[in-house]
Amino acid sequence: MSAGGNGRGDVASGVNGPRGVRRTALALGAAVVVAAVALVIVATRGPARPATLQERVRVIAEELRCPECQNLAVADSPSGLAREMRGEIARRLRLGQTATQIDDFFVARYGRWILLTPDAGGIGLFAWLAPALAIAAGGGLAFTVVRRRRRTASPVDDHAVVADRGESSDEPRLTGEERDRIQREIAELEEVP
Amino acid sequence: MSGEPRADGPQSGDRRWRVVVLSLVPVVLLAVLLGFGLGRDPRATPQNQLIGRAAPDFALQDLRTGKTVRLSDLRGHPVVLNFWASWCADCVVEHPNLVSAWQRFGNQGTVFLSVLYQDSPSRAASFLDRLPANWPDLYDPSGRTALDYGVTGVPETVFISPDGRIAYKQISVTTYDLIERQVRSMAKAGSE
Repeated sequence: MSAGGNGRGDVASGVNGPRGVRRTALALGAAVVVAAVALVIVATRGPARPATLQERVRVIAEELRCPECQNLAVADSPSGLAREMRGEIARRLRLGQTATQIDDFFVARYGRWILLTPDAGGIGLFAWLAPALAIAAGGGLAFTVVRRRRRTASPVDDHAVVADRGESSDEPRLTGEERDRIQREIAELEEVP
Repeated sequence: MSGEPRADGPQSGDRRWRVVVLSLVPVVLLAVLLGFGLGRDPRATPQNQLIGRAAPDFALQDLRTGKTVRLSDLRGHPVVLNFWASWCADCVVEHPNLVSAWQRFGNQGTVFLSVLYQDSPSRAASFLDRLPANWPDLYDPSGRTALDYGVTGVPETVFISPDGRIAYKQISVTTYDLIERQVRSMAKAGSE
């Protein structure tokens, strides 16, 4: 080693690697927390309450399947039956019925099939769980990748000492004996007043 | 460097298998879901929601006589309630079956009623000039009766037993045999 100061600096830069990773992890964690808080606020506040009868009809009709069409909500369908269904929703709203009561009216006649929101049971349960499963799988994958990278990154930190000797950082890992020697020398340098 | 042995041992093999299995799991799951979804008829609608329930009452005007027909007045009779429209091709196919069934059962206490669905009285009148029907043809201008019976299109036929309950609902063309079977079954249930 040409100078003790250099050696110490390089070792310090080796320590900066994990610090950098920690900082990145903290930043990512903070971003996730902010996003989660924003989601909770949006979810608890919900969309703006529909003001007019037409808007209230639309909100309910958006959740109902048009029986005559394929994959169209009653709100979006131009069919005669969908138009009559929208009329029936409006009539029931004027009578003071709630959205749940109106949904029940259609479910009693057409079955739960009429609701566009999937059931929280049977095959419909998959639609509810799929996003959570996808997030968990993605998180698990990200965690595995980060852990593996950190594992492979540690020998490179050791190589900082090797690089100081003018050798390539592609050199093989330090042996235990070499590592012990470096530790011993660092300790000796630190003892120097 | 070549000095270090490569990690091609049993651990590497395990890892490779883990990757293969983890990659296959979502693929198999998606294939199962697709198989389930593609195996279903996208036009299929639930048919049995109303069966066994009390038939919703209605009071509709007969297009020909102008008289109001009320379902509750028909208690004690089996009722064959057919939803149709002049623009419906299947209704033309179905018409002779209804006529034959009416000729067979109409004078035995079974009441036949037709409800015009999303159509105009004038078009219905032209249709009936070509293909006459001798039972009341009711006009449902708001479409509320069709909604009450969960109609998804035409033709659809609802069989109402003498006690006022829905015995069966046929979506699409009704055959003579089906009408005969349902009328006999309703009459039998009514006499028990």
